[in-house]
Amino acid sequence: MSLSAKEKVIVKDFFAKVSSRSDEIGAEALARLIVVYPQTKSYFAHWKDLSPNGAPARKQGITVMGGLYEAVSKIDDMAGGLLTLSELHAFVLRVDPVNFKILSHCIMVVLSMLFAEEFTPQIHVAVDKFLALVALALSEKYR
Amino acid sequence: MVEWTDFERAPIQSIFSKMDYDDVGPAPLSRYLVVYPWTQRYFGNFGNLYNAAAIQGNPMVAAHGKTVLHGLDRAVKNMDDIKATYAELSVLHSEKLHVDPDNFRLLADCLTIVVAARMGAAFTADVQGAFQKFLAVVVSSLGRQYH
Repeated sequence: MSLSAKEKVIVKDFFAKVSSRSDEIGAEALARLIVVYPQTKSYFAHWKDLSPNGAPARKQGITVMGGLYEAVSKIDDMAGGLLTLSELHAFVLRVDPVNFKILSHCIMVVLSMLFAEEFTPQIHVAVDKFLALVALALSEKYR
Repeated sequence: MVEWTDFERAPIQSIFSKMDYDDVGPAPLSRYLVVYPWTQRYFGNFGNLYNAAAIQGNPMVAAHGKTVLHGLDRAVKNMDDIKATYAELSVLHSEKLHVDPDNFRLLADCLTIVVAARMGAAFTADVQGAFQKFLAVVVSSLGRQYH
């Protein structure tokens, strides 16, 4: 499943449109990740504060969104463009790939909440595919 | 046996009691058919599902969407034994409709997204947690009788 030319435009346009609230999106998505899927906290045992609205969660959410915007800019070759991030996730973080799906779902719930009118089914499918491809690029070096 | 706290029961009852089935009903099913197009395999007799606009305007999809959503009412009323409540429906989906149970999860995800859109900021992380727990029990119960 790859993104068509039209879907790439949809993704770029949508992410540009929501960019002014990207910190908020990231923070909300992370909060939901650790509340709705508490097992994900296992990756954040080193945080002083594991609360969903705490500073570490918010910061992590902002970091994730930064990575997503980088992926948008490299949408034509994500595996190549995200090589450093891929190596980070494979050799250092070693996050089980199932969690990429979970976080993607949380991100889309937040997008739907904050941008109800804009997050139409057509945009939803393009974003869903994009996030799945980002996850794939991040797991590129796993084995 | 699934344990529910009062903090979990409340938002679930509230969401469904406030739901406008005419408005919300068609939305999760049509979204599911657009976002996961392979699911259209179960709706061969629904006519035009050729593109997103056709799906969203299709009256059979709208009607069936409402049917499915009303199907959740029974679980909302019988939260303490959803497994038994859906035993027959599970058999139906397995033996007669031959639906891959992963579809229940896909539709549940679309319902979550639709409810999030309707509720906005009121769909807090805790509410999302309770709602998804409820849907997970529904999904599990519908797949329970498959063999």
